[in-house]
Amino acid sequence: MNTRRFDALIVGGGGAGLRAALQLARSDYKVAVVSKVFPTRSHTVSAQGGITAALANVDDDRWEWHMYDTVKGGDWLGDQDAIEFMCREAASAVYELEHMGLPFSRLDNGKIYQRPFGGQSKNFGGDQATRTCAAADRTGHALLHTLYQQNIAHRTQFFDEYFALDLLRDAEGYCLGVTAMSIETGEPLLIEARTTLLATGGAGRVFWNSSNAMINTGDGLGMVLRAGLPLQDMEFWQFHPTGIAGVGCLITEGVRGEGGYLLNRNGERFMERYAPHAKDLAGRDVVARAIAIEIAEGRGCGARGDYVDLKLDHLGEKTIAEKLPGIRDLAIRFAGVDPAEKAIPVAPTAHYMMGGIPTNLHGQVVAPARFGPEEPVPGLYAVGECACVSVHGANRLGGNSLLDLVVFGRAAGMHMLEYLRDNPYARPLPDHAAEASLARLARWEQSGSERVAAITDDLRRVMQAHAGVFRIDAVLRDGLGKLGELETRLAHAGLQDTSRVFNTARIEALELENLMGVARATLVSALNRTESRGAHTREDFPQRDDEHWLKHTLYSREGDQVDAKPVRLKPLTVESIRPKERVY
Amino acid sequence: MKFRLHRYNPETDAKPFMQDVELDIDPAGKMLLDALLAIKAQDETLSLRRSCREGVCGSDAVNVNGKNRLACITPLPELKEPIEVRPLPGLPVIRDLIVDMEPFYKQYRSIKPWLVNDAPEPEVERLQSPADRALLDGAYECILCACCTTSCPSFWWNPDTFVGPAGLLQAYRFIADSRDEATAARLDNLEDPYRLYRCRGIMSCVEACPKGLNPTAAIGRIKSLLVKRRV
Amino acid sequence: MKSTTGSHTGTGTWLVQRATALVLAVALPGLMIHFLAALPVDFSGWQALFLPLWVRVMLLLTMTALALHAWVGMRDIFMDYVHSTGARLAMYLTVIVILAGSVAWLAVIVFGGTQGSAA
Repeated sequence: MNTRRFDALIVGGGGAGLRAALQLARSDYKVAVVSKVFPTRSHTVSAQGGITAALANVDDDRWEWHMYDTVKGGDWLGDQDAIEFMCREAASAVYELEHMGLPFSRLDNGKIYQRPFGGQSKNFGGDQATRTCAAADRTGHALLHTLYQQNIAHRTQFFDEYFALDLLRDAEGYCLGVTAMSIETGEPLLIEARTTLLATGGAGRVFWNSSNAMINTGDGLGMVLRAGLPLQDMEFWQFHPTGIAGVGCLITEGVRGEGGYLLNRNGERFMERYAPHAKDLAGRDVVARAIAIEIAEGRGCGARGDYVDLKLDHLGEKTIAEKLPGIRDLAIRFAGVDPAEKAIPVAPTAHYMMGGIPTNLHGQVVAPARFGPEEPVPGLYAVGECACVSVHGANRLGGNSLLDLVVFGRAAGMHMLEYLRDNPYARPLPDHAAEASLARLARWEQSGSERVAAITDDLRRVMQAHAGVFRIDAVLRDGLGKLGELETRLAHAGLQDTSRVFNTARIEALELENLMGVARATLVSALNRTESRGAHTREDFPQRDDEHWLKHTLYSREGDQVDAKPVRLKPLTVESIRPKERVY
Repeated sequence: MKFRLHRYNPETDAKPFMQDVELDIDPAGKMLLDALLAIKAQDETLSLRRSCREGVCGSDAVNVNGKNRLACITPLPELKEPIEVRPLPGLPVIRDLIVDMEPFYKQYRSIKPWLVNDAPEPEVERLQSPADRALLDGAYECILCACCTTSCPSFWWNPDTFVGPAGLLQAYRFIADSRDEATAARLDNLEDPYRLYRCRGIMSCVEACPKGLNPTAAIGRIKSLLVKRRV
Repeated sequence: MKSTTGSHTGTGTWLVQRATALVLAVALPGLMIHFLAALPVDFSGWQALFLPLWVRVMLLLTMTALALHAWVGMRDIFMDYVHSTGARLAMYLTVIVILAGSVAWLAVIVFGGTQGSAA
């Protein structure tokens, strides 16, 4: 088997992976990025509204207020040390992006343009803040391209269109790299590295109606589960309130930040009922639930009453052209309406995975081990949507995702440099380290009666129906049963196409294996948590229950085991923000 | 609906061929990508790239009825049947609808697509007026889908020496950026009968760009900067 | 060729193409009008048309511009399609010889001819 050796390896070429890679590439270490798509095709490119940092360019602001909003937005499930770290570092991380060339929109005084976003407040829950830095409505695109450009400048080695298969670990648990496969040739490849970072992004494709790119299949999560490591808080999935109805493409929260609002079939601005103070700029979970209720109670718009209207024509042609040009494009293309004239039909769409691979604020993957519940797995890191630091808790605030990528991408990169200094020699790779991966590849050479595409479709339908915005014990259990059937079908699935060169059917099969693991983790974790918190809404347990559930879920594949670990309520330097009722 | 798809699997096919495919699909509200994926669900040997399915990642550029377009934002009802789908012209075909993009990426890298500013970094942002920022509009939005470059005959004839519209538009994006200090070096890099002046302004790129950008105008501005510098 | 930086040339050629295009755009219609205004019926009429010095200067200038314009155009075509350096060089030389020769010949005709008749 071909082998390549590097000091550091990044799996995933999105914002988080590229930010970490840049940190390493600026040093003298050899760093490689493995990505299943050309890096600028990563899902970061779709982020629209912006990146949140308390720059105070438009209005008074302080990072402490941002921290408060993030803790509250996450319904107190977020770890306050990590949240403090992120909000403190936010301004410098954004300035650094600006220095790298990110084409932020500008205010008249030449500073970075900021817009209001949901869940943002001044003075710890006071008036609306204006905190999200934007490059029109293409901030993710601008950010991803800027980071890729910097990586070209710093000569990062890219393995574009290589699909990562499994983590390589030795008997002591050290991570020594990954097995991968060239998509173009179908050849397996062993990539050894003294330290490995997973930045494989989300898994939103596990739902039928999703804002996510088709590549968001939780590949890093599958790798971690197969390595016997746990996933954290997998019951928490954010449903973005405003996906284009029936399509799922995202309409940024920035639309509401610029002054757009939601209407039901009676023309009522219904968010006033659900969030009297913040209205349309309440937390995403709050707005998504409100829309779901409006639709369920027969106040949806259209012939089937299955969406609500997002009105922004009153903003005027000029604002829309300057600040929301991409949105206008999407609405015309996918909804057939020009938002400068007519409201956009929107409905909640699966958007973001708050859970993921448990890490500390250096990006080190942590797992329960001999000496405690949070011991670093040596050499293994994770950042971005695939990781759970956890800064987003039970519900992520808009604009915090891009921030998460760059703050923790940088932090992980720096910590990996330290790790490389402390571990100057590569550890020997155990014999037959790649065997499991090769067996997985060989498995797909066999013929089978079931088809991958059909199972994938059914899986996404099951998850949509059984683990959507509202959850209930019986429905979740039912979902688990159906998932069991799908797993059996997967075992009997085979490929019609077993060719080597750019066989995307094979890749889709491997992705389905990863999605299956994500689905099981989600259903089991959701069934386990008998409370409603943030994006996890149990109709049978409608209240938040801090006494029993102010803790993180840890799911392990072995026997579907669910453990818990405490939420870190103690920040690094400031006072703890005590749990209280979450109203907007 | 009737489709004609370019098929080629280097392991089994001596040469590429066009395959006629009938697909039972209601085109209303659907995009070409939906149809291609439906065909792939029936016959998984069909290979194509796709990711965001909303026209921002640039993966699924293909040649549809003779025009380069993104499959995910090409409405199915407006296409004439049989819908002929081919890989992007001018790049080596790897399989079916998938081309080797490396010649395109290589030209992109050749223009040194990153901001250069050696002045001491302020602890806050570098200021830029809204007017200066507006110069980047129409340039930074490029998604590197290669629709434009592979519709340019000059790139077909000289892919190894002509930067192509996408690369030149990105070169202009940095030349136009008030924060970038390397304009002279960038102009030096481009001033060449092959790298820049293969462009004859026929505007195929403008017609092909799925994001509505205008590489020809950017190339024109690069040329006038070169002229200004000379006279 | 591996080099991917500019040769720092090309702008001049491009300018020549644009400038000669301008000259041609003005001069060609001018000459055309001059000829059509008094369409000659015989050789002496034809000769008379070319008698004024300005006509001969204009004609030579225009044809030089045309030759230069054609040179840039032909060079562009060869650069597009002829990728063997030797063959391209040979074609360049051929075109240069033909165009330069034509202009020289024209000079001989319009100026040399007058001298001849004067003698």
